[in-house]
Amino acid sequence: MQRIGDAPAVRRGLILAAVALSALFLLLPLVAIFAQAFAQGMAVFWTNVSNEYTVAAIGLTLFITVLTIPVCLVFGVALAWLVTRFQFPGRRVLQTLIDIPFAVSPVVAGLIYLLLYGRNGWLGGLLDGYDIQLMFAWPGILMVTIFVTCPFVARELIPLMQAQGSREEEAAVTLGAPGWTIFRRVTLPNIRWALLYGVILTNARAVGEFGAVSVVSGAIRGQTNTLPLHLEQLYQDYNTVGAFASAALLALIALLTLAAKAGLEWRAARQEAHA
Amino acid sequence: MTLRPLFQRSLLAIALGAGLAGPVQAAERELLNSSYDIARELFSAINPEFIAHWQESQGEEVAVSQSHGGSSAQARAIMQGLRADVVTYNQVTDVQVLADEGLVAEEWQQAFDNNASPYYSTTAFLVRKDNPKGIESWDDLAREDVRLVFPNPKTSGNGRYTYLAAWGFADQHFDGDEEQIRDFMRTFLRNVTVFDTGGRGATTSFIERGLGDVLISFESEVNNIRGEYGSDDYEVIVPPISILAEFPVAVVEPNAERNGTLDLAQAYVEYLYSEEAQRTLAGFNYRVHHEAVVEEFADLFPETELLRVEDIFGGWDQAMETHFGSGGLLDQLQRR
Amino acid sequence: MSTRALPFAIGSAPKRVLPGFGLSLGVSLLFISLVLLLPMTGLFGQLAGLSLAEYWAIISDGRVVASYTVTIGAAAVAALVNGAFGLLLAWVLVRYEFPGKRLLDALMDLPFALPTAVAGITLATLYSSNGWMGRLLEPLGLQVAYTWVGIALAMAFTSIPFVVRTVQPVLEDLPVEVDEAALTLGANDGTAFRRVILPHLWPALVTGTGLAFVRSLGEFGAIIFIAGNMPYETEITALMIFVRLQEYDYAGASAIASVVLFVSLALLLAINIWQGRFIKRLHGGGG
Repeated sequence: MQRIGDAPAVRRGLILAAVALSALFLLLPLVAIFAQAFAQGMAVFWTNVSNEYTVAAIGLTLFITVLTIPVCLVFGVALAWLVTRFQFPGRRVLQTLIDIPFAVSPVVAGLIYLLLYGRNGWLGGLLDGYDIQLMFAWPGILMVTIFVTCPFVARELIPLMQAQGSREEEAAVTLGAPGWTIFRRVTLPNIRWALLYGVILTNARAVGEFGAVSVVSGAIRGQTNTLPLHLEQLYQDYNTVGAFASAALLALIALLTLAAKAGLEWRAARQEAHA
Repeated sequence: MTLRPLFQRSLLAIALGAGLAGPVQAAERELLNSSYDIARELFSAINPEFIAHWQESQGEEVAVSQSHGGSSAQARAIMQGLRADVVTYNQVTDVQVLADEGLVAEEWQQAFDNNASPYYSTTAFLVRKDNPKGIESWDDLAREDVRLVFPNPKTSGNGRYTYLAAWGFADQHFDGDEEQIRDFMRTFLRNVTVFDTGGRGATTSFIERGLGDVLISFESEVNNIRGEYGSDDYEVIVPPISILAEFPVAVVEPNAERNGTLDLAQAYVEYLYSEEAQRTLAGFNYRVHHEAVVEEFADLFPETELLRVEDIFGGWDQAMETHFGSGGLLDQLQRR
Repeated sequence: MSTRALPFAIGSAPKRVLPGFGLSLGVSLLFISLVLLLPMTGLFGQLAGLSLAEYWAIISDGRVVASYTVTIGAAAVAALVNGAFGLLLAWVLVRYEFPGKRLLDALMDLPFALPTAVAGITLATLYSSNGWMGRLLEPLGLQVAYTWVGIALAMAFTSIPFVVRTVQPVLEDLPVEVDEAALTLGANDGTAFRRVILPHLWPALVTGTGLAFVRSLGEFGAIIFIAGNMPYETEITALMIFVRLQEYDYAGASAIASVVLFVSLALLLAINIWQGRFIKRLHGGGG
């Protein structure tokens, strides 16, 4: 069976072009990061990574990420269920609203949270009266991280759930299954890969977010410095190796995430082949 | 199913993350110093000395935390509720903003010696090996064949000092002739090859990207840079006339009161004037006031006429408004 | 099976027989109100303090307008380049088998996963005149760093996944018969691709390119290191917002930010609606 573009010459040419361009455009920056991080050898890299404040920054970044993911997960699933399983006025508007975080540049995202929950904001002033401080502490970092990452899960789920339709779930309803059982037994198995891919994207963004976090963090060393902020600080200090060591760590987290995704897809493909 | 172990692992990670992210300090009193972005190593050196000093004199163990960022962003954070006890900035305006908000005493410049500026610096040049373009002073920077690198005055206090220093020079050079000053400034600004948002970015452009013939920054910075990137490849030029750059400090009283650290905060700022701290500061290439230390480091800091922003521009508020505000002189000079 | 799919696909939703409407509506509305809409009041609160004339003066300032031109121009170039590059990548990843394919596929998500500031510093290092790439390109007369080309490059880097990841699933779902029909009619590869494949990919390609464009409008961290930031020439709009913030001018920052926000949201909504119509026409309204 012949398909378009199957001629060996075309095929080889296109693959070569794609690989060469990707190598130049995407792989080279990655190589450059690691080259800089290890420019002075493994020992210097390790000294930088095992520094007390770097470790604290890694801890905070992972902590924020681990809290962000379940929140985005619950919201993403709820919204996807709502807009793909029901017809109601305002559906399209709701779907566009979740794009707000894509349309707001991260620094502005941080700013709007600061204007609301900061000492001079009406809500922040109220909370300040009860001695509750959200900004310049981890809750503030968590809040803006959730803001910038919340569209990812929903965006992955909506098209898939739309394409799959709801016939299976409706069948389950007619069989008298309760709501949670339907979701767990019928919906979840169908969407779990999209769900995990959404989680992976959420994770990637949460780990790497700089602009919004920098506005609300206060950058207190060892306390509210996330890894990207710590990286920036090291860079400001002329500790290029230290900065790129942190960058390499972030890139490593990214790579692990991507590897996890590739692994999951590979398993999915194998399961499908068996089925 | 697959999701359950993942969930358990997440819980574990939360616990782990919480443990790691928990505050580093113990149950002792803690001081938070909000500072500018290139002062991290400076205060990393000073803080342990202060902690030892306090332990010795008061018998109390305290901790000092640091927060660093762009000076304006740091002041904005305090206005919005960051509970820093003391500020150590590189721009007078950023402390003034806090004073206007009532977070710092109205008369904060009188609260400590030397306009509440325990150390100071000026604007100087870094040129490439053997000074190939023969740069000596500000008028060389307005030559056709010279390319400059300094941070954007719109985003960087460092850049504002450079702009004001050049203006101050021109003011003296052209005897206050506004037309000539503006022509000079126009050429000076046109010679800039890249406007990075901060001092660090400008350094990277000059050193690592090889852009420009002259990097203009604080004297302390250009000396640090030269030390960092090899004293053989670069030379520091301190122009015969330049601007006084003060590094203002203040106690953020409402915060310190709330944190119960008022005495500690006061002592911390006073400590910056002590011989020990002044020696550390001089070691980081800042000019200081303590006489013994000044004598000791005299070779490091060539004599130069230092112009005061208050004398030439009628104070920071006025300078900010006429020069750097939207539609101000800087905007006009850069307009095409 | 692919887990990636079109970010906005519109189909017909069924009647309300399934449970959970109240719960999912409640969770969604609560979340959208608290996380997305409530903070936006801060932005509009700032805008409310401006008169219309003041607002107009801020957003129509010469330097700010120059930054719109630079930002939109570079974003358009980046989006178009990504349209072509992304299409090529998606095609190669879906249609061909070759060693290292999985690696290439994983690499596509890298720009999303990398903090933008890291991307910015790294790109500036690579493309400045003494960097690995700059050293090769500069003798050819192509200066990338500190020109608008660098801005476009940084934008293209951060937004390439949008195109690849929207086109890929559509291409995967394209039935073999489409190819066969075209080829039996005797068309060559180029013509067949243009006449038969492209019309099917069109909505996804436009969506991906549009998303890449919107993302580029707001990008700050990745661009600022490579832009050069010369007034009127290489200043982006996000920098103008940043400058206002440095001056404690929240109202000015909010005003410029609101322009970007409205343009972005309008574009997203337009893509959304246009695509909905297109798909309906293509599939006769079926899901």
